[in-house]
Amino acid sequence: MSRDGIRLVHLTKRFGPVTAVDSISLDIRAGEFFSLLGPSGCGKTTLLRLIAGLELPDSGQLEISGREMTRLPPQKRPVHTVFQSYALFPHLTVFDNVAFALRMQQIPSAEIQTRVAEAMELVHISELAKRFPHQISGGQKQRVALARALINRPEVLLLDEPLAAIDAKLRKQLQSDLKELQSNLGTTFIYVTHDQDEALAMSDRIAVMRSGKIEQLGTPEAVYQSPATEFAATFLGHCNLLRGTVLDPKTVQTPVGPLHVRESLTNKTHFMIGIRPENVRLATATETENTFTGTVVESTYSGAQRDYLIKTNQTIVKVVLLSSFDATAQFKKGDEVRICLPSTALFLLSENG
Amino acid sequence: MAEPPDSHLRSRRGWLFSILPGTAWEFVFLIVPFLVVIAISFLSRGEYGSVARPWTFESYKRLAGFSLFGIEMLYPVILARSIFLALATALLCALAGIPLAFFIKGCQGTPRTIALVLLTIPVWTNLLVRTYAWQLLLGPQSWISHLASTLHLIKQGQALYPGTVAVLLCLLCDYLPFAALPIYASVEKLDQTLVEAAQDLGASKLQIFRHAIYPQIRPGLWAGFLLVFLPATGQFVIPDLLGGGKTVLLGNVLQQQFGPSRDWPFGAAFTTISMLLVLGGVVLYLKFSRTEKEVA
Repeated sequence: MSRDGIRLVHLTKRFGPVTAVDSISLDIRAGEFFSLLGPSGCGKTTLLRLIAGLELPDSGQLEISGREMTRLPPQKRPVHTVFQSYALFPHLTVFDNVAFALRMQQIPSAEIQTRVAEAMELVHISELAKRFPHQISGGQKQRVALARALINRPEVLLLDEPLAAIDAKLRKQLQSDLKELQSNLGTTFIYVTHDQDEALAMSDRIAVMRSGKIEQLGTPEAVYQSPATEFAATFLGHCNLLRGTVLDPKTVQTPVGPLHVRESLTNKTHFMIGIRPENVRLATATETENTFTGTVVESTYSGAQRDYLIKTNQTIVKVVLLSSFDATAQFKKGDEVRICLPSTALFLLSENG
Repeated sequence: MAEPPDSHLRSRRGWLFSILPGTAWEFVFLIVPFLVVIAISFLSRGEYGSVARPWTFESYKRLAGFSLFGIEMLYPVILARSIFLALATALLCALAGIPLAFFIKGCQGTPRTIALVLLTIPVWTNLLVRTYAWQLLLGPQSWISHLASTLHLIKQGQALYPGTVAVLLCLLCDYLPFAALPIYASVEKLDQTLVEAAQDLGASKLQIFRHAIYPQIRPGLWAGFLLVFLPATGQFVIPDLLGGGKTVLLGNVLQQQFGPSRDWPFGAAFTTISMLLVLGGVVLYLKFSRTEKEVA
């Protein structure tokens, strides 16, 4: 294989007493859209900077495309970065910003002209060529930063929360543009974000990070639908968490009531059990498995859906139902409802803090 | 924010009031005397060194080199020499100021404060005292001269004082704080991500300085350069005391004309011309700093 992607082996970076990246080992495939997702301070940006060469690790190894690059300066890596603040050169025009990497290599100016024009075309900023960074909008700056980082045809593009400063409506558009661009170019994208929706919408794979470690790694579907830890479950979307005690291998006692599960529970006695609010549904009249009666304590309308808090036994379950015109599927505070927690939608979590 | 309708007017009036003392001072002690100097430069020298009529361009002609004995380039040469020395000083100070500013930025907390205080300490000592100290430091018996001759930088048995090296060294040390402080001010707020972006895009060390650092510190660099260049044009004490008194500079001429020679019109003409040259420098600077503002 000519392109092996990126391999991290026990990569560690400390800042004084803080271990920002804690012995992370990870393989990122060539051509993948890979997201590092986590709250601020989880080490995701540091990990990105280690790959870029802007920080050097205290220990561990880094390979890019099969070549050892742990201690190489950023200039020598086939990697470019889209910075969170964009870091456009304020004294250069958009054209000169995009041309920067080529100029640094003394590429003939005719070639620079065509390649810059191509790159600007790619991200639809051709008409901005003569403007200065302070004369363009945030979304346009983001595109300039993208063109500047792509012009040199890097094997890996690193993006550090590139959409964080962009308003929500435009962000959706730029998300799909980025995703499309990535699949057209086939370049490996490593995308740092704290926005779970963004990570889910764009990534081929997601690494959920916490305190310098990778908490869970997998496709968006896998990470969302079967989170491995309590942290992963709550950081990605909302989640009902129920503390369970095993009654028999297929049944767990929870605050909601006894729940039937699919897996055989033999070696554990206590653990957390989770279910996404949108997976809880109204029970049909004939259903009996995992159905409970509860009272609506809160009902919040948010357009496409309605969020309910339903009190069953001693606990409150969050339920999300799609809005509909069907009056029988709409409830007010105090209404009594029968809900079902389907065993297929339940996931078991290893217990950690 | 809702403002009372007359607040703009009131703040404007307050502003005018607050600049009044400064403006009056400038007018009485700068503009008026300078106009007097310009006027004197077009007058003739009286019998006993006074200023007298008729109005004439005589002083300017002499300055340009027209004398009784044909063309003599003495004064243009002196002017050029002074400006060259000031330029060299300003350039040295700016070049030395950049690494110094980065060094101070690299210090954190108390060491940084100490470094900044150390930088200004020379200014607390009298200029003459410092200059005489250099005479001792660079004299024939000093270890610095010994070192220089051992390294074959100067001829065996010679000293650095008197000489051009001594003059430049002293000027550099005297004026360095004036260049280093404005440079430090711009280095301190340097946006490090631009440096990282340049690194990331494959720029070499030199290219990083040229494209990511220089554009950011340019205003401070120019301010430091001018703060050294302007006063250094009139400098004559240091070249006299350390240069061996062999070269005549602008400052010497002015002191000579207004003092012993009592030729005020000629001194005034020399002052006017050098002021115009310096003013040219400032205009150039303003032009540079304006393009900076447009771009940044």
